[in-house]
Amino acid sequence: MISAEFDYHRPGTLDQAIGLLSEHEGSAFVLAGGHSLIPMMKLRLATPEHLVDIQDIDELSGITVSERMIEIGATVTQSDLIASGELFDACPILRETALQIADPQIRNVGTVGGNVANGDPGNDLPAIMQLLDAEYVLQGGGRMRAVKARAFYESAFFTVRDEGEILTTIRIPVPPSGHGHSYQKQKRKVGDYATAAAGVILTLSDETCTSASVALTNVADTPLWAQAAADALVGTDLGARAINEAVDAARAITEPASDGRGPADYRTHVAGIMVQRAILTAKSRAA
Amino acid sequence: MSKTQVNMTVNGKAVEAAVEPRTLLIHFLREQLNLTGSHIGCDTSHCGACTVDLNGKSVKSCTMFVGQAEGAEITTIEGIAQEDGALHAVQEAFRQHHGLQCGFCTPGMITRAWRLLQENPAPTEEEIRYGISGNLCRCTGYQNIVRAIQAAAADLSVKEAAE
Ligand SMILES: Cc1cc2nc3c(=O)[nH]c(=O)nc-3n(C[C@H](O)[C@H](O)[C@H](O)COP(=O)(O)OP(=O)(O)OC[C@H]3O[C@@H](n4cnc5c(N)ncnc54)[C@H](O)[C@@H]3O)c2cc1C
Ligand code: FES
Ligand code: FES
Repeated sequence: MISAEFDYHRPGTLDQAIGLLSEHEGSAFVLAGGHSLIPMMKLRLATPEHLVDIQDIDELSGITVSERMIEIGATVTQSDLIASGELFDACPILRETALQIADPQIRNVGTVGGNVANGDPGNDLPAIMQLLDAEYVLQGGGRMRAVKARAFYESAFFTVRDEGEILTTIRIPVPPSGHGHSYQKQKRKVGDYATAAAGVILTLSDETCTSASVALTNVADTPLWAQAAADALVGTDLGARAINEAVDAARAITEPASDGRGPADYRTHVAGIMVQRAILTAKSRAA
Repeated sequence: MSKTQVNMTVNGKAVEAAVEPRTLLIHFLREQLNLTGSHIGCDTSHCGACTVDLNGKSVKSCTMFVGQAEGAEITTIEGIAQEDGALHAVQEAFRQHHGLQCGFCTPGMITRAWRLLQENPAPTEEEIRYGISGNLCRCTGYQNIVRAIQAAAADLSVKEAAE
């Protein structure tokens, strides 16, 4: 399949890229790895007249980890995310999740920025960014702003990002040391999006859960931050009763589509199982 | 719409061309450079038949516009054998261990395995299976492909030790 025609641009700086987006407002798309955009263009579900390839922009690359904050540049690939030891030490759920995205070739090209900016409810990283309370730095249209991942997604493929804005950096507060984490994803085969998936991080003190965060992938038209599920865990010993309450609270907010991955009630059911497994695994990993 | 000028190195040779920006890398390789070793299986980035090596990484060339590969070093299946035509250890192992039947997946499979063994020279069986999980084979059931990659790893480590 061949996409519609377009002009290809490869600016070297962020200012040039933002300039191109404003010059061609309404007809220009950012091109990162292209592993969500090119399939859409082949199907002519996307027909941009201009593509602004951001791969050469140095300001958008690189990972930095400081005591409090992790910063991931938009063009960091999913493979780079997996390879970073420093990132793994500070926030291991990022590697665990990225290893469950697609396959090695796709992760070599697909970027973190593209994965979170895309707005496809099937993408795995958005729920993790909600889980970790990340924020996205957006630049363009004469301003710079930071938007919480928890406030970024409006509906499938619609986000609060304006067309003229580039997502430049993802900022993640470093989770407490000793936290337990887990991302559990059920999929039909390698390279598939989740039937349902759940991420959990939590902290324990004297066997009591002192903080928790829960998020879900692909069981609604946006990722879901499941606050009530997390609340059901805090202050408990993470026993069967608390887990059941969290599972019920998570299931209550799902609104999955019925599609090739199964009927809606089945996917809601699977979401609950993923939450349960993620809590148990996170508990066993918490120090 | 204007054409873009692209320059890249393919199998060690510099190439230059003016192309329509919507040309996919796989079409450029197959139709303009006549390197028809890399195959188009699915055209949707699922099967891996179009796998080529780009700046030291395996990528699916059906899901990349040619402009994205501007300035890159590319290796295709045609660039894996030695200059005198002698097969590379991975190719030889696929032959010896019957790592193919119809051969359609083989160029992608070998190009991926070749890179995998540079990333991880002594992979476990599980690491091999995970490492080639982006490449589908409809014929072999993978058993002999995995055996071939294990044999190539052993062969390459012997050669390395000898050097
Ligand atoms: C076969 C296959 C299986 C896959 N399986 C999974 C999976 O299991 N889980 C998963 O999470 N993903 C999966 N993906 C998607 C993959 O992770 C993509 O790489 C990712 O969704 C998009 O990243 P990209 O860099 O390729 O972005 P692109 O495709 O280049 O861009 C995607 C969208 O985001 C916009 N965009 C990109 N970067 C920016 C930016 N910095 N600022 C503003 N806008 C931007 C683009 O304009 C476009 O609209 C799969 C893809 C394929 C082809
Ligand atoms: S043709 Fe590229 S992955 Fe199948
Ligand atoms: S040998 Fe036929 S598809 Fe692999």
